[in-house]
Amino acid sequence: MSPLEIVILLPLIAALAIWLGAPARITSVGSALLNLLLVLGLAWNFKSASAGKAGFAYESARIVLDNPAISFGVGADGLAIILALLTALVAFAAVWQISADKPGIYHIASHLIAGGAFGAFLSTDVFFLYAFHELALIPTLIMIANHGHGDDEHRKSVAWKTTVYLGVGSLILLAGLVWLVLEFSSGGKLTFDLMALKAQAAATPLPEGKQATIAFILLLGFGTLVSLFPLHSWAAPAYAAAPTPVAMLHSGVLKKFGLYGLIRIVLPLLPQGFYCPCVQNALLFMLLGNILIMGFVTIHQKRLDDVLANSSVMHMGYIFLGLSAGTEIALRGAVLLMFAHGISIALLFGLAGRMRNQIGTLELNKLGGLGAHAPVFTVLFAFGAFASIGLPGLANFAGEVMIFLGSFTTFGSTSFGPLQWAVVGALWGVVMSAVYMLRAYRSIFHGTAMAGHFITDPGWSQRVPFVLLAAVLLIAGCCPWILLGLFKTDLATLTDAASTAIHSATKAVSH
Amino acid sequence: MSVFTIEAFLAILGLVLLMIEAFAPDISRRTLASLSIGGTALALILFFTVASHDTASLPAFVQPWMKLDSLAMFYKGLALVITLLVLWLMHECAPYLSKYTLDGRLSEMFSLPLIVCAGMMWMAAATDLVTVFVTLELVTVSFYVLVAFARKSTLALEAGVKYLILGALSTGILVFGIAWIYGATGSLSFEGISAALIKPETSKIPALLGAAFLLAGLGFKVAAAPFQSWVPDVYQGAPIPVTTFLSVGSKAAGFVVLTRTVESLMVEHSIIGPEVKALLLVLGALTVLLGSLPAIFQQSVKRLLGYSSISHAGYLILALACGDSVRTGMTSGGIVAFYLATYLPMTVLGFLVLAVLRVNGQGEDIRDFRGLGKRSPLLALALSLALASLAGLPLTAGFMGKLFVFISLVDQAYWGALVCATIGAATGFYYYFRTIVAIYSNEGSSSEPLKVNIASKFGAVVLAVTIIVLGVFPKPLQQTLSKPLEVAAKTH
Repeated sequence: MSPLEIVILLPLIAALAIWLGAPARITSVGSALLNLLLVLGLAWNFKSASAGKAGFAYESARIVLDNPAISFGVGADGLAIILALLTALVAFAAVWQISADKPGIYHIASHLIAGGAFGAFLSTDVFFLYAFHELALIPTLIMIANHGHGDDEHRKSVAWKTTVYLGVGSLILLAGLVWLVLEFSSGGKLTFDLMALKAQAAATPLPEGKQATIAFILLLGFGTLVSLFPLHSWAAPAYAAAPTPVAMLHSGVLKKFGLYGLIRIVLPLLPQGFYCPCVQNALLFMLLGNILIMGFVTIHQKRLDDVLANSSVMHMGYIFLGLSAGTEIALRGAVLLMFAHGISIALLFGLAGRMRNQIGTLELNKLGGLGAHAPVFTVLFAFGAFASIGLPGLANFAGEVMIFLGSFTTFGSTSFGPLQWAVVGALWGVVMSAVYMLRAYRSIFHGTAMAGHFITDPGWSQRVPFVLLAAVLLIAGCCPWILLGLFKTDLATLTDAASTAIHSATKAVSH
Repeated sequence: MSVFTIEAFLAILGLVLLMIEAFAPDISRRTLASLSIGGTALALILFFTVASHDTASLPAFVQPWMKLDSLAMFYKGLALVITLLVLWLMHECAPYLSKYTLDGRLSEMFSLPLIVCAGMMWMAAATDLVTVFVTLELVTVSFYVLVAFARKSTLALEAGVKYLILGALSTGILVFGIAWIYGATGSLSFEGISAALIKPETSKIPALLGAAFLLAGLGFKVAAAPFQSWVPDVYQGAPIPVTTFLSVGSKAAGFVVLTRTVESLMVEHSIIGPEVKALLLVLGALTVLLGSLPAIFQQSVKRLLGYSSISHAGYLILALACGDSVRTGMTSGGIVAFYLATYLPMTVLGFLVLAVLRVNGQGEDIRDFRGLGKRSPLLALALSLALASLAGLPLTAGFMGKLFVFISLVDQAYWGALVCATIGAATGFYYYFRTIVAIYSNEGSSSEPLKVNIASKFGAVVLAVTIIVLGVFPKPLQQTLSKPLEVAAKTH
């Protein structure tokens, strides 16, 4: 049995145990801690486990169906282990900060989401990769509908909107994946095994037109899940309405599934399709929508949860920019930013949830001067906010800088193409981030306090999850190589495919 | 031991129970129920242990009309399992059902399902249309009685009358179709029909007419559009165990006949093959849409399950239209059987929860499900799982069946049907998940815990585990069902 199977099953077992009546908080926090330690151990050991291997470390596969070949296969490369680490950290923080008066369903849902995310990131079989993500979506939607913020009507409508968007997105994604499987299994036998599909894609790539069509379908499917503009409008209301642990886990972890899917499936299997000019230009247009349009939208928000939710949509644009450049530096930056954004947004949502519990509102014009009574809280919030802006020294900065640099010089080409223009546009996003985050920070923590509105610092036990996340931001920001060292072998194949595809595309244009 | 002995035993047991009820009116319900359930369980055990799979083991007088292939054995097993589950459900529902009968007794309730079961088992092995017709009538006539069993309920009476009239009409159409087929091909056996249909001198129009009437008659039985309108009313009016029986047992029986009929009509080089295929595609796509779109507006869960049953029939018809799938190594009949096997636990589980609510004095509307998550966490989780599986969520049994159907549709490039099937699946997500959200919503009509007896709990757990096992590890079931194709490949 691969240790990764334990990582996936542990949260699911914890959820079952809590449902059966085990003491919720102890079981929940205990299993999350155990899993965090396990994942840390696996990451620590990753170099030796993956040494000399072309594919995945900690591999195992259990065949569940012969034809079409589907197996419960797990394995980790650098990308998967980084995201598993993100999942373990956020899950631990999310279940720790659930206050004792909440019912057990909060813990159950959090563990189901975490288990689904682990499964999605660690599966080496397209079927299970998809299925685990679906598994994580259901508790998310049920929690928003039944335990979310806002009045009954509002959260029901938000939950339905989210269900429709994500349901349709998942169906488009499934259609694209099945098409992919059908195309790459022309040998007569259908297989969902990612390695077999990769081998087939390397041996006999599809014609470029077909690649582009499938890549675009998958981009729409995965893009809906990551709230790619203009398929994003579910995300901000959903995060604002979601219960705190669900908002932390979904925006921090689960949303990265779409980006993960693009790197894991689309880039290696359909490089010429993804990097063909038509798909690229469409993607650049959409991601600029994420950064610039959503940037303005965020500036105009009046409530902290709306600011955070919209900023989370906006920041996805940078990661898409990194994917779209496809260079080594840009891809590493994208992966680092996936991790950093997950940690920082989880920290911010967690703190915002605590604030809402204490004063009952997150309207920016009703808050003010909160810093006076809660210095620790203020500092923790500052960590999240400044990371989100991209302050040097915190993890997001490293990711963003790498994306911008990596996208500007694409494989040594000197021409100033659409990608470079997109970078120029995207840079303005940093300014907008600074505007809304600093404004929110100032109006919440500085100035004069409203009568009766004050918060207290979290007690020592309640500080644990937030301090942990802030510390991770700092460590990953100062020493990003700790994480990026894990993401090496799989990167080379990706950039090779990307550079060949981009070169052939530019050649075709210049001819 | 011959399978026929088991079937005869079931039919005779049914008759004996009927006699006991008539001549010993004082016998308790419990005795009848335990005799009936015990007899079926015995038959089930015998079937899976000592029954012979060889056609030669059948008595000589039935051998011309019956053949034991793996498809037949599979459906016979399915019939036994569903009958046992239905009898158990009847026993569970007895307290509330007996309020609706004239004399407060339920005796035929425990004998007729045995006769239905024998009929379905014979039907599964039938090799000619006359045997099909006779066994189909044995099943249908018993169902006429069962549907209208709750005499004091007006809904049940309405359901009974509707089912009787439409059922009789469809039987007429079926016989009409059989007559045309016999006229065109000169044969009543499936083999003879396909042999005649590949000869160019067979006249096409009469064969086509026969096929169309045959499909229409069978379409009534499996609830295919445009012959589906009886389903919601009958499902709503019939007692819950009978609805379960209709939606799984009767449907499976209809599909085994439809599989064999379609296989013989669409045999390779058949002169009417393309037309039958087109007809099935249109029927299937229409059935999916007419099942899933109206389901959006339903407030009663029983009616919702009725519409869902229609749309599932649509996917099955589409699978039949696609023919054998070389890519997945399964015959179209194998895909249908796989789908029905996965359909069984989820549907029975759904109706089981309905039955428990009913016994606790609750209604069958979606609003009655509100707060179920608090009142009985176990049933709430089990029902959510069943509904998720009906919607076709990955990792549940329902996904695998749909996957095979969709792969077949893509392989054959039937894009129009694929679009309809996708729309059906997408709307399915809406109406099943609406119910799941209701289950876990906070506000409920009452919050006192439901009284659930240990047997229901056990049953719910077993069915829920079956759904997950079939969804996560479908390999054994698929292997059992992909045998027919290998055998067929060898003989060619």
